[in-house]
Amino acid sequence: MGGLTFETITRSLGQVGITVLLILVASVVIELILYFLLSKVWRSRYTLPFMLVAPAAVGLALLVVYPIAFEVALAFSNMSLKHFKDPTFGLAQGWNNLRTVFTQPVLKQVGFFPVFFRTVLWTVINLVFHVSGGMALALLLNRPMRLRGLYRTLLVFPWAIPQVIACLAWRGEFHFEYGFVNVMLTRLGLSPIRWMTEPSWNFAAMCITNIWLGIPFMMVIFLGGLQSIPKDMYEAAEIDGASGWQQFRNITLPLMQPVMTPAIILGTIWTFNNFNVPFFINQSELETSDILVTALFRAAFEYNRYGFSAAFAIVIFAILFIFAVLYIRATGGLKGVYE
Amino acid sequence: MSVKTKSRPEKTALYRFFHAARGDSPFKRLLIHLALIISCVIAVYPVLRVLSVSLRPGDRLLSTSLAIIPQDASLENYVRLLTEKDFLLWIWNSLIITMATAIIGVILAATSAYAFSRWRFPGRGPALVFLLTTQMIPAAMLMVPIYIMAARLRLINTYIGLTIAYCVSSVPFSIWILKGYYDTIPIDLEEAAEIDGCSKISAFLRVLLPLSTPALAIVFLFNFMSAWNDFLLARIMLQREEMLTWTLGLQRLQHQFQTQWGMFSAGSILVMVPVMTLFLYSSKWLISGLTLGSVKG
Repeated sequence: MGGLTFETITRSLGQVGITVLLILVASVVIELILYFLLSKVWRSRYTLPFMLVAPAAVGLALLVVYPIAFEVALAFSNMSLKHFKDPTFGLAQGWNNLRTVFTQPVLKQVGFFPVFFRTVLWTVINLVFHVSGGMALALLLNRPMRLRGLYRTLLVFPWAIPQVIACLAWRGEFHFEYGFVNVMLTRLGLSPIRWMTEPSWNFAAMCITNIWLGIPFMMVIFLGGLQSIPKDMYEAAEIDGASGWQQFRNITLPLMQPVMTPAIILGTIWTFNNFNVPFFINQSELETSDILVTALFRAAFEYNRYGFSAAFAIVIFAILFIFAVLYIRATGGLKGVYE
Repeated sequence: MSVKTKSRPEKTALYRFFHAARGDSPFKRLLIHLALIISCVIAVYPVLRVLSVSLRPGDRLLSTSLAIIPQDASLENYVRLLTEKDFLLWIWNSLIITMATAIIGVILAATSAYAFSRWRFPGRGPALVFLLTTQMIPAAMLMVPIYIMAARLRLINTYIGLTIAYCVSSVPFSIWILKGYYDTIPIDLEEAAEIDGCSKISAFLRVLLPLSTPALAIVFLFNFMSAWNDFLLARIMLQREEMLTWTLGLQRLQHQFQTQWGMFSAGSILVMVPVMTLFLYSSKWLISGLTLGSVKG
């Protein structure tokens, strides 16, 4: 029983227990204050809903809103490991950080724009394969056939295993001598590839891993969408003599639009923000394989340039924000929220 | 009447005719099965490889064999993992943190979603949009401020900061799912309960919550999985050897490739099997929950 002693068991139990107690006490205090203010002082009609929302709202304020505000402040500071206790804040410092993001290397050698374009390339490659692969498999599965359930279960495997394990396992399999990828290549008579040290092959390895990981999600979502398309539409098209491709173009794709659009948007954001795959597959820490979020992580936690990383993070967020605004304007996607 | 009953078999015959016409030729069916089998092999083979490496005896760990069950397979790696490494401790740490955070996360989301679903209080619309936009913030972006906040509060190398952060991280998504589900349950049921003398809260606890069990299960599972599988936050919050969660522990094993690949694989299998069983078992509800949220959105 390595390490699992009475002492360690009680220590983790105790710490987690204290935290739960802390949250409980904080919630009770918040609720009492709110109850007093809303129902006794302001006599609000909405006392109960506000009290119901309060704990989650306070939690989100502490862990999302405050950190973002703090990050903005940090972006105007020179905080680093050296100036951890005594950072100086100032507009000039903020301008300096922002300029550094675009003009100087974000890590040791690589600058912002190469990383940015690599991230875009990474997102596009993955999305194209996820959507086309997922759609192909969903179309193959969307018919009465034997073993359909078995195929579906097996195809979901990459999604079902924890991502960290999948990434670490793939990293092992890209090993030059003993990984199965190179072993198979050698058996096919090809020369083995240096997946871990050759920059472009390392990027390819990242893409292979992430494509493998991402197809099942799209497949399952698309399969659900395909099953909701009424069968008689295809029968009618059949009578009119439409070919398989025409049916796909003119029936399947338009009717799948409401399912595909959110899935693609979600996929874009997930891929753009994917940390695990580029971080783990890039074993030799090649700067030529970093995408924006992993570069951000390294700048912050390996080079300890906190002020600079905060500015860098805000730039990344701005990119995502512009993407979201464009998407919302193009589709009117948030209208339903207000009902 | 008689006309109707007569026309019915005709209709099915017609339907069957076209269905047969739509039915694929044996050759095409063979091709479809072939394509699916190849895809399944690609999907499953890397997972089987983990199993295969975990069963290799120590002296054969580094081999170029592609067999799934290696020659003289042994459980040596499992035994060594459990005796020489703190694997059980990592699992214990993860489990206790994850359970606590999943339960708290579900409670936070269930109560807030009730308010969002049943009242039109001021600030409701903007709050829902805010919840949606938080989904876009990359986790890595919040790491710097959260790390510095935790460092200043001396919460590094404790579970306190980690637990609080996990509790909140899945709340926005959970609120959306639960609100969507509550919206489908008629408010009349609660009103009937209120006429019978229930308060709003007890109507929620006794009527709405029991009816929402499937959605609550999805949300619990989602909270559990996202905390259980997290690497990034744990990586910056925990550094001491005896405090690691399983993701950090396995990463440290995999770091020294040459010596510990077998133990890493054994650990992966031990973590993977329960998670995969749970996932495959619940995937139907999980997916209906995901699409439910987007349809209602």
